[in-house]
Amino acid sequence: MARILGVDIPDNKRGDISLTYIFGIGRSRAIKVLQMADVDAGKKVSEWTDAESRKIREVISENYKTEGELKSEVQLNIKRLMDIGCYRGLRHRRGLPVRGQRTSTNARTRKGRRKTVANKKK
Amino acid sequence: MGRSLKKGPYIDNRLEKKIAALDAAGRKTVIKTWSRRSMISPDFIGHTFAVHNGNKFIPVYVTENMVGHKLGEFAPTRNFRGHVAKKDKRKR
Repeated sequence: MARILGVDIPDNKRGDISLTYIFGIGRSRAIKVLQMADVDAGKKVSEWTDAESRKIREVISENYKTEGELKSEVQLNIKRLMDIGCYRGLRHRRGLPVRGQRTSTNARTRKGRRKTVANKKK
Repeated sequence: MGRSLKKGPYIDNRLEKKIAALDAAGRKTVIKTWSRRSMISPDFIGHTFAVHNGNKFIPVYVTENMVGHKLGEFAPTRNFRGHVAKKDKRKR
Protein backbone atom coordinates (compact mmCIF):
# COMPACT_ATOMS: atom_id res chain seq x y z
CA MET A 1 0.00 0.00 0.00
CA ALA A 2 1.53 3.22 -1.14
CA ARG A 3 0.50 6.41 0.53
CA ILE A 4 0.20 9.55 -1.53
CA LEU A 5 -1.14 12.87 -0.32
CA GLY A 6 -2.42 12.11 3.13
CA VAL A 7 -4.94 9.34 3.21
CA ASP A 8 -5.01 7.83 -0.22
CA ILE A 9 -3.70 4.32 -0.55
CA PRO A 10 -4.11 2.91 -4.04
CA ASP A 11 -2.16 -0.27 -4.74
CA ASN A 12 -1.24 -3.18 -7.00
CA LYS A 13 -2.76 -1.50 -10.06
CA ARG A 14 -1.22 0.40 -12.94
CA GLY A 15 0.01 3.81 -11.88
CA ASP A 16 -2.44 5.75 -14.02
CA ILE A 17 -5.40 3.83 -12.60
CA SER A 18 -4.16 3.95 -9.07
CA LEU A 19 -3.79 7.71 -9.01
CA THR A 20 -7.45 8.15 -9.88
CA TYR A 21 -8.33 7.00 -6.36
CA ILE A 22 -7.31 10.48 -5.29
CA PHE A 23 -10.20 12.94 -5.26
CA GLY A 24 -9.47 15.49 -7.97
CA ILE A 25 -7.45 13.22 -10.22
CA GLY A 26 -9.07 11.32 -13.02
CA ARG A 27 -7.65 9.35 -15.89
CA SER A 28 -6.32 12.20 -17.97
CA ARG A 29 -4.79 14.00 -15.01
CA ALA A 30 -3.23 10.79 -13.76
CA ILE A 31 -1.56 10.24 -17.11
CA LYS A 32 -0.39 13.84 -17.19
CA VAL A 33 1.06 13.59 -13.69
CA LEU A 34 2.96 10.44 -14.55
CA GLN A 35 4.30 12.06 -17.69
CA MET A 36 5.52 15.05 -15.75
CA ALA A 37 7.12 12.80 -13.17
CA ASP A 38 8.74 10.69 -15.90
CA VAL A 39 7.15 7.45 -14.79
CA ASP A 40 5.76 4.89 -17.20
CA ALA A 41 1.97 4.91 -16.88
CA GLY A 42 1.76 1.14 -17.13
CA LYS A 43 4.06 0.59 -14.19
CA LYS A 44 2.41 -0.81 -11.10
CA VAL A 45 2.46 1.27 -7.94
CA SER A 46 4.33 -1.43 -6.08
CA GLU A 47 7.13 -1.14 -8.64
CA TRP A 48 7.61 2.59 -8.12
CA THR A 49 10.93 3.52 -6.63
CA ASP A 50 11.09 5.89 -3.69
CA ALA A 51 12.45 8.63 -5.90
CA GLU A 52 9.61 8.17 -8.37
CA SER A 53 6.85 8.30 -5.80
CA ARG A 54 8.43 11.32 -4.23
CA LYS A 55 8.46 13.00 -7.63
CA ILE A 56 4.83 12.10 -8.20
CA ARG A 57 3.80 13.53 -4.85
CA GLU A 58 5.64 16.70 -5.66
CA VAL A 59 4.05 17.07 -9.08
CA ILE A 60 0.54 16.60 -7.71
CA SER A 61 0.84 18.92 -4.75
CA GLU A 62 2.42 21.61 -6.86
CA ASN A 63 -0.02 21.58 -9.73
CA TYR A 64 -3.41 20.40 -8.56
CA LYS A 65 -5.94 20.99 -5.86
CA THR A 66 -6.96 17.65 -4.46
CA GLU A 67 -8.89 16.03 -1.64
CA GLY A 68 -9.95 18.31 1.22
CA GLU A 69 -8.86 21.50 -0.43
CA LEU A 70 -10.81 20.73 -3.58
CA LYS A 71 -13.85 19.54 -1.67
CA SER A 72 -13.97 22.73 0.34
CA GLU A 73 -13.66 24.77 -2.83
CA VAL A 74 -16.64 22.97 -4.31
CA GLN A 75 -18.62 23.55 -1.14
CA LEU A 76 -17.70 27.23 -1.21
CA ASN A 77 -18.93 27.53 -4.78
CA ILE A 78 -22.23 25.95 -3.80
CA LYS A 79 -22.49 28.19 -0.78
CA ARG A 80 -21.96 31.24 -2.93
CA LEU A 81 -24.85 30.18 -5.18
CA MET A 82 -27.07 29.70 -2.16
CA ASP A 83 -26.13 33.02 -0.62
CA ILE A 84 -26.88 35.16 -3.63
CA GLY A 85 -30.29 33.56 -3.92
CA CYS A 86 -30.14 32.66 -7.57
CA TYR A 87 -32.07 29.84 -9.14
CA ARG A 88 -29.24 27.33 -8.92
CA GLY A 89 -28.77 28.22 -5.26
CA LEU A 90 -32.44 27.65 -4.53
CA ARG A 91 -32.26 24.22 -6.12
CA HIS A 92 -29.27 23.35 -4.00
CA ARG A 93 -31.14 24.46 -0.90
CA ARG A 94 -34.09 22.26 -1.70
CA GLY A 95 -31.94 19.30 -2.68
CA LEU A 96 -33.39 19.13 -6.17
CA PRO A 97 -31.54 18.77 -9.48
CA VAL A 98 -29.84 22.01 -10.43
CA ARG A 99 -29.48 21.75 -14.18
CA GLY A 100 -33.03 21.63 -15.38
CA GLN A 101 -33.66 17.90 -15.27
CA ARG A 102 -37.16 16.58 -14.85
CA THR A 103 -38.32 15.87 -11.33
CA SER A 104 -41.69 14.28 -11.94
CA THR A 105 -39.90 10.98 -12.17
CA ASN A 106 -36.25 10.12 -11.64
CA ALA A 107 -33.86 12.64 -10.04
CA ARG A 108 -33.34 10.08 -7.29
CA THR A 109 -29.67 10.89 -6.84
CA ARG A 110 -30.54 14.36 -5.62
CA LYS A 111 -33.81 13.55 -3.92
CA GLY A 112 -32.64 10.43 -2.12
CA ARG A 113 -34.68 7.33 -1.49
CA ARG A 114 -38.30 7.40 -2.55
CA LYS A 115 -40.61 8.72 0.13
CA THR A 116 -43.98 7.27 -0.72
CA VAL A 117 -46.89 9.55 -0.14
CA ALA A 118 -50.14 7.73 0.58
CA ASN A 119 -51.71 7.12 -2.78
CA LYS A 120 -55.11 8.57 -3.39
CA LYS A 121 -57.94 6.10 -3.35
CA LYS A 122 -60.73 6.20 -5.86
CA MET B 1 -23.39 25.54 -25.09
CA GLY B 2 -22.04 28.86 -23.90
CA ARG B 3 -22.19 32.09 -25.77
CA SER B 4 -19.37 33.02 -28.13
CA LEU B 5 -16.78 35.19 -26.38
CA LYS B 6 -16.44 37.24 -29.52
CA LYS B 7 -19.86 38.74 -28.92
CA GLY B 8 -19.32 39.63 -25.30
CA PRO B 9 -22.01 39.30 -22.66
CA TYR B 10 -25.59 40.01 -23.61
CA ILE B 11 -27.00 43.06 -21.88
CA ASP B 12 -30.16 44.77 -22.98
CA ASN B 13 -29.30 48.15 -24.52
CA ARG B 14 -32.06 49.91 -22.63
CA LEU B 15 -30.69 48.66 -19.34
CA GLU B 16 -27.22 49.83 -20.16
CA LYS B 17 -28.56 53.26 -21.08
CA LYS B 18 -30.61 53.50 -17.91
CA ILE B 19 -27.70 52.52 -15.71
CA ALA B 20 -25.44 55.02 -17.45
CA ALA B 21 -28.04 57.75 -16.96
CA LEU B 22 -28.49 56.88 -13.29
CA ASP B 23 -24.78 56.78 -12.68
CA ALA B 24 -24.35 60.12 -14.38
CA ALA B 25 -27.10 61.59 -12.25
CA GLY B 26 -25.67 59.89 -9.19
CA ARG B 27 -29.09 58.57 -8.21
CA LYS B 28 -30.33 55.12 -7.47
CA THR B 29 -33.85 54.25 -8.32
CA VAL B 30 -35.45 50.89 -8.81
CA ILE B 31 -35.29 49.87 -12.44
CA LYS B 32 -38.26 47.93 -13.67
CA THR B 33 -37.30 45.41 -16.29
CA TRP B 34 -38.59 42.47 -18.23
CA SER B 35 -35.15 41.67 -19.54
CA ARG B 36 -34.46 38.55 -17.51
CA ARG B 37 -31.99 37.41 -20.13
CA SER B 38 -29.57 40.24 -19.48
CA MET B 39 -26.26 39.41 -17.90
CA ILE B 40 -25.44 41.32 -14.75
CA SER B 41 -22.43 43.48 -15.53
CA PRO B 42 -20.11 45.03 -12.94
CA ASP B 43 -21.77 48.41 -13.60
CA PHE B 44 -24.97 47.09 -12.05
CA ILE B 45 -23.50 46.62 -8.59
CA GLY B 46 -25.41 48.58 -5.98
CA HIS B 47 -28.48 49.14 -8.12
CA THR B 48 -31.82 47.59 -7.47
CA PHE B 49 -33.80 45.99 -10.26
CA ALA B 50 -37.40 45.00 -10.29
CA VAL B 51 -37.27 41.87 -12.39
CA HIS B 52 -40.47 40.58 -13.88
CA ASN B 53 -41.25 36.96 -13.15
CA GLY B 54 -44.29 36.73 -15.40
CA ASN B 55 -46.62 37.84 -12.68
CA LYS B 56 -45.06 40.62 -10.69
CA PHE B 57 -41.76 42.39 -10.24
CA ILE B 58 -39.26 40.91 -7.82
CA PRO B 59 -36.83 43.39 -6.31
CA VAL B 60 -33.23 42.29 -6.79
CA TYR B 61 -30.42 44.18 -5.15
CA VAL B 62 -27.27 43.45 -7.13
CA THR B 63 -24.16 42.59 -5.17
CA GLU B 64 -20.67 41.82 -6.33
CA ASN B 65 -21.15 38.06 -6.26
CA MET B 66 -23.98 38.22 -8.74
CA VAL B 67 -21.89 39.52 -11.63
CA GLY B 68 -21.97 37.10 -14.52
CA HIS B 69 -25.37 35.68 -13.69
CA LYS B 70 -28.52 36.62 -15.53
CA LEU B 71 -31.14 38.86 -13.96
CA GLY B 72 -33.80 36.19 -14.37
CA GLU B 73 -31.94 33.80 -12.11
CA PHE B 74 -32.95 35.93 -9.17
CA ALA B 75 -36.65 36.10 -9.87
CA PRO B 76 -38.11 32.60 -9.71
CA THR B 77 -40.99 32.02 -12.08
CA ARG B 78 -42.52 29.09 -10.30
CA ASN B 79 -44.06 29.03 -6.89
CA PHE B 80 -44.17 25.52 -5.51
CA ARG B 81 -45.01 25.24 -1.87
CA GLY B 82 -45.20 21.48 -1.66
CA HIS B 83 -48.05 19.12 -2.12
CA VAL B 84 -51.11 19.64 -0.01
CA ALA B 85 -51.66 16.81 2.43
CA LYS B 86 -55.27 16.27 1.53
CA LYS B 87 -56.83 14.45 4.41
CA ASP B 88 -60.15 13.11 3.38
CA LYS B 89 -60.57 13.37 -0.29
CA ARG B 90 -62.21 10.11 -1.07
CA LYS B 91 -64.12 10.47 -4.27
CA ARG B 92 -66.00 7.58 -5.56
